Amino acid sequence: MTTAPLTDLADVVRSKNAGPYELTLDVIFSTREQYELVKRDRLISRQVVAELYGLPVADVGEPIFYDPARAVKVNLRRPLPSGNVGETDVYGAQQHGPLLALRLPLPEEGASAT
Amino acid sequence: MDGTAGTAGEPPEEIRILAATAILGYGFPDASFEAGLARRPHVIAADAGSSDPGPYYLGAGESFTDRAAVRRDLERMLTAARRLGVPVVIGSAGGAGAAPHLEWLRAIADEIAAAQGLRLRTAVIPADVPQQTVLDALHADRIAAVPYGPELTAADVRASTRLVAQLGAEPLVEALRAGADLVLAGRAYDPAVFAALPLLHGFDEGLALHLGKILECAAIAAVPGSGSDCMLGTLRRDHFVVEPLSPERRCTPTSVAAHTLYEKSDPYHLPGPGGHLDLTDCAFTPEGERGVRVTGSRHVPAPYTLKLEGARLRGYRTVSLAGARDPVFVRELDAIVAGVRERVADNFPDLKPGDYELLVRVYGRDGCMGPLEPHPVVAGHEVGLVIEAVARTQALADTLCAFARSTMLHYGYAGRLSTAGNLAFPYSPSDFHAGAVYEWSVYHLMRVDDPAASFPIRWTELPTESPTELPEGAS
Repeated sequence: MTTAPLTDLADVVRSKNAGPYELTLDVIFSTREQYELVKRDRLISRQVVAELYGLPVADVGEPIFYDPARAVKVNLRRPLPSGNVGETDVYGAQQHGPLLALRLPLPEEGASAT
Repeated sequence: MDGTAGTAGEPPEEIRILAATAILGYGFPDASFEAGLARRPHVIAADAGSSDPGPYYLGAGESFTDRAAVRRDLERMLTAARRLGVPVVIGSAGGAGAAPHLEWLRAIADEIAAAQGLRLRTAVIPADVPQQTVLDALHADRIAAVPYGPELTAADVRASTRLVAQLGAEPLVEALRAGADLVLAGRAYDPAVFAALPLLHGFDEGLALHLGKILECAAIAAVPGSGSDCMLGTLRRDHFVVEPLSPERRCTPTSVAAHTLYEKSDPYHLPGPGGHLDLTDCAFTPEGERGVRVTGSRHVPAPYTLKLEGARLRGYRTVSLAGARDPVFVRELDAIVAGVRERVADNFPDLKPGDYELLVRVYGRDGCMGPLEPHPVVAGHEVGLVIEAVARTQALADTLCAFARSTMLHYGYAGRLSTAGNLAFPYSPSDFHAGAVYEWSVYHLMRVDDPAASFPIRWTELPTESPTELPEGAS
């Protein structure tokens, strides 16, 4: 199976706070075909994200597929609330790195990685 | 006012809303703003706040935006609005939107009014909530936690130095109905400042709030996105159009649709004070060269809830910044940090473990992600270190940070070759006061029966005093 790194398949990969207790990860795919494949085969799932972040599955929300933007959103429990002593990223804007390691299968025909 | 959106007469067919900037003080190009004014907006609005910068600003009563930058933005908005005869609406004054923040912004507006010769009938709407109100709600089982958030306790409420609630559109609508030239609100639900005038005129709540949701971030929903450029929203009875005002940017159906992902846990269902926005049936289509038309946004009413925010003082922080370039030191780092912590505990035996927090952050390893870092190893040839002490007084934090810093500088670790010192300090002095440390104590939902009752309007005329005039005969 041909795969490509997420960095080649997405226009946006980001993280941000959704309130102080939750992180929200967004991936906006570059093509409708790639998005539909990820959505159909649930290539991004709670289990996949939990593994990437070393979290229990219970700390990862069910992915939300958002057709109008070719996007998938996944919410995580923050290890520490934003701003608590010892916390590392007040805005939660640099927590997307592990997602970038993901490699995904390409759609079968007309598959352009970029 | 040009008559289409006045408080009297026929209801307008459309309302044009000029969003100046994503957060008051983030700025906007004059050319974009002028282009927006040329479209004869019925209201100029900006959200001034966010909880994103963390609990400090609420707890300490300080703004996370700069005073001169806020004055610059507000001065342009107020002078333009008076020229057009339309209101200005600002929410989450001073960033965190508690009493000191609101007073800070009111004083800035006062200065502007005096300097520019403006007379502003001003509605000031505090968003502070008394502790007793929250305690009563807690006892009445009217407080709910947010996902992954803790249950609220009475101790959390009592420990809060400040408590605010995000007010909805209702008090803003009242202020506009009564003819405010300027509305300054404390902590507010971001879309409310944009939705208030449309709601006064009976426009659809779903469309008005969804439009507000986009406008509250100004041109962030355009391509290229920007939090410091203007956006125009045009609301009609069955749809709205958003468009950036800089020719450098445009909105696309994807950029506008994608915006509802931003900072939200669910792009289809966006909860607010009196219900939630349901965007499952939205359609996004291009309009003109740079605009996007949106239809299908629905507001689904629900029992009225207010989002409460409170912060508590945790202590005081002192930090020391250093780098390390020695490969043996970097290899032994965990043992060194453990050794330093032991020496600190040993040197100050009267302090108990709960009296302070001593942290060593390692940039180049897991400084950004902490426990979420999948590869907590040093990959490069150097690391950045932040030695941090948090204690109940600044003096104690100073003592602990200084002792940890000097101990780490001269710590004798296994295999050490560089016996003159372990750390590269970029600064002298090497230690910095980071001041008071606050943590979120309350971030919960509170059910209320009457949304307007919590937020009475205080009316004031600005400037409060006439510009200083020399008494007759003075020279």
